Amino acid sequence: MTNVLLIIFAITLLYLGIAHRLLTYIKILALQGVLLFGIAFIELIEINAANLTFVLLETIVIKGIAIPLFLNYVMKRNRITRDAEPFLPNFVSLIIITLIIIATFILSNAIDDSRISKIYFVVALSTLFTGLYIIVTRHKIITHVMGYLIIENGVFILSLALGNEMPALVNLGILLDVFASVFLLGIFVNRVGDVLKDVDVDQLKSLKD
Amino acid sequence: MTGIYLAGGFGLSALLFFNRNKIIRYLLITTFLLLQIGFTVYEYLHPGTTELTYFSADSLAILLLVTLTIISIPAFYHSYVYLSSKQDNPKHTAIYYASMAALLTAINAAYLSNNIAVTWIFVELTTLAASALIYHRRNNRSLEGTWKYVFVCAISITLVFIGILFLSFSLPQAGTDDLSFNNLLKKASRLNVFWLRLAFIFIFTGFTAKLGLVPMYTAGIDAKDKAPSPAGALLSSVLMNVGFVGIFRFYIVIANSPIHSWANHVILIAAMLSIFVATVYMTRVKNIKRMFAYSSIEHAGIIMLGLVAGGVGYYAAILHVILHAFVKSSLFFQQGQIYRIYQSKSIYDVGNYFKYNLTGAIVMLLAFFFATAMPPSGLFISEFMIFRSLFEANYLWILIVVMLLLTVIIWAFGKNIFKLLFTPAVDFKEDNIERINPAESISQFILLGLVVYLGLNPPQEFITLIQEAIKNLPQ
Repeated sequence: MTNVLLIIFAITLLYLGIAHRLLTYIKILALQGVLLFGIAFIELIEINAANLTFVLLETIVIKGIAIPLFLNYVMKRNRITRDAEPFLPNFVSLIIITLIIIATFILSNAIDDSRISKIYFVVALSTLFTGLYIIVTRHKIITHVMGYLIIENGVFILSLALGNEMPALVNLGILLDVFASVFLLGIFVNRVGDVLKDVDVDQLKSLKD
Repeated sequence: MTGIYLAGGFGLSALLFFNRNKIIRYLLITTFLLLQIGFTVYEYLHPGTTELTYFSADSLAILLLVTLTIISIPAFYHSYVYLSSKQDNPKHTAIYYASMAALLTAINAAYLSNNIAVTWIFVELTTLAASALIYHRRNNRSLEGTWKYVFVCAISITLVFIGILFLSFSLPQAGTDDLSFNNLLKKASRLNVFWLRLAFIFIFTGFTAKLGLVPMYTAGIDAKDKAPSPAGALLSSVLMNVGFVGIFRFYIVIANSPIHSWANHVILIAAMLSIFVATVYMTRVKNIKRMFAYSSIEHAGIIMLGLVAGGVGYYAAILHVILHAFVKSSLFFQQGQIYRIYQSKSIYDVGNYFKYNLTGAIVMLLAFFFATAMPPSGLFISEFMIFRSLFEANYLWILIVVMLLLTVIIWAFGKNIFKLLFTPAVDFKEDNIERINPAESISQFILLGLVVYLGLNPPQEFITLIQEAIKNLPQ
C-alpha cells in the first residue's frame, strides 16, 4: 500500500512538470500533503500514539490544508497572475523530471543496505531534485516558495524511511517544516507584496558585483 | 546554568521586543550583557560539564564563547551609536535589539550543543534572528538581501537535515541510534561508509552557508552588506564561527572514519574555489562592505586548508578562526563611521579619510594590515603555520597557487583601502560632515591589540584550550 502511495507521489511530480497555472501547483501540494498523511499513517503505526497523532495532524492539517489555503490567499492578496511562467517549455520539463527519476533509480542501485527500502530513497531524492528544478526554472518568487515546499515533502519522505527506529528525526523534520513555512511565507505575506507590487525575481537583481 | 542562560537570553530578548521605554531598554541590555559575561565565566570555570543532556562546555565551545562575549560588548555599544545617530522608529529599534540578543543566545547554544541535531535546531534560530537584523533598514534592497539570505539559508538548513538523515542511515550498522558527537566519534570506524559519504557532502554543503565557503557563500555576502554595520560585524565573525563549529565537530568524526582522505579532498576543493572566488571578486568589487565580506570568504578558505593539511594546521585553523573574528568585527565596526562621514559605501565616493577622522583612519590602516595577515598581526602566525603544514603535507602546488591568489587579494584590498585613506574624494562637500568622537574607536584598538597579543604571545591557558579542542583529530 505504501508503494502505491509513493508511486502516486512520483506521478504528481510529473504532473508538476506540465502544470500551467499556479492554482494547479497549489492543488498538487495539497494532494501531496494527503499522500504523505497516508504514507505516515501506514508506516509509523508502531510508534507511540501521541507522536503519531502529532505527525498525522502535521501532514493533514499543515501540509494538506493550511499551506495551500495560505498560498491561495497570498496569490489573491498580491494579485499574482495565474501563469507559472516557466523559462522552458513544459515538454522539456516533463522530459527532465523523467530523467531525474531515472537517474535516482540508477543511483539507488548503488545501495547495498537491506534495512532501507529503495522506493523511499528513489521517491525522496527525485522529489528533492524536482523541487530544485522548479526553483531554477520558474520566474515568480511564489513558485520558488512552492519549489521549496516540494523539497520539504521529499525530505519528509526520507525521514519516514527510518521513522520507526528514530521517530525523533521525523519530529525534527516537522520542526524544519514549521520553521520554513513561518519564515518564507511570513516574510512573503508581510513584505514582498507590499514593497514589490507584481512579484517577480527580476526585481530582486540589484545586489551584485 | 545553561538552562538559566537560555531562558534568560530568550526571555530578555522577548522583553526587549515588547518594551518601548528607553531607560528600561538599556537596563535590559545591560542585564543581558551581564548574563552573557557571567555565563561565559561559569563555563570557563567548569570545563567539560554537560548540562540539559545536550549542552557540554568542551574547550572549543569555551574558546568561541569567550570570543563571542568579547565581541558582543562593542557590538551593543556600536548598535547604540548607530541607532541614536538617526531618528529611528522605536518599534524598529526594539526589534533590532531583541533580535540581536536572540541571535547571540542562539549562537551560544549552537557552540555548546554536543548533538548534531541540537546544533541544527539552533542554527535554524540564528537564521531567524539574523534575518530581522538584515531587514532593519526596511527598503527594497535590504528586502532583497533578507529574502536571498532566508531562502539560501532555508535550503542549506534542509541540506544539513538531509545529511543528518543519511547519517542516521549509517548508524544501525554500528548498532547505535544516538546522534551525539561523542558517540559518533566512538563508533566512527564502524559507520556505513556509503551513507557517511552522502551525509558528509550534505552536512558540509549546508554549513557552508554560515561559514561562507563555495558553494553557498552568496547569501552571506548580501546579508553582511545590507545589515547595519554592528550586525554585519556579528554576521561575519561569530555567526561564521557557528558554521565552523558545525563543520569542525563533524569533521572530527569523519577524520576517525575510513573516509578521512576522501573528505579532505572535498574540503580542499571547496577551500580552493572559495579563495579563488574571493580573489576574483576582491579585484572588481566597489562596495567597501562587500569587499570585507569577500575577505571573510578568503579566510574561511584558509581555515579549511588548515584542516586539510593536518598536523600543526589543526592548531592554526582554530587560532585563525578566533583571530579572524576579532579582526573582521573591528573592520565592520569601523565601517559604520565611514558611512556616517561619506553617506556612501562605494569606493568612488570616499577618500582622504585621514583628514576627516584621524583615529578612524589609523584603525582602518591597522585593520587592513591585520586582515591581510602582515606582521605583527596574529593572523600572520596562524597563516604561516597553515602554509607550513601544507608544505609538510606535500601540498606544494596548492600552496603556490594559494600564495599567488593571496598576493592578488592583498593588492586589491590595499588598492581600495589606500584610495579611501589618501586619495581625495571627487565631488565631496566638506561643509557639514559629522565629527566622529575618537572614543568610538577604542573598542577596535582593543580588539586589534588582542589579535597581536594572542598571536605573538599566547597565554599558556589559551594554547592548552586549543590543543584540547583538537586532541581527537589524528595527528
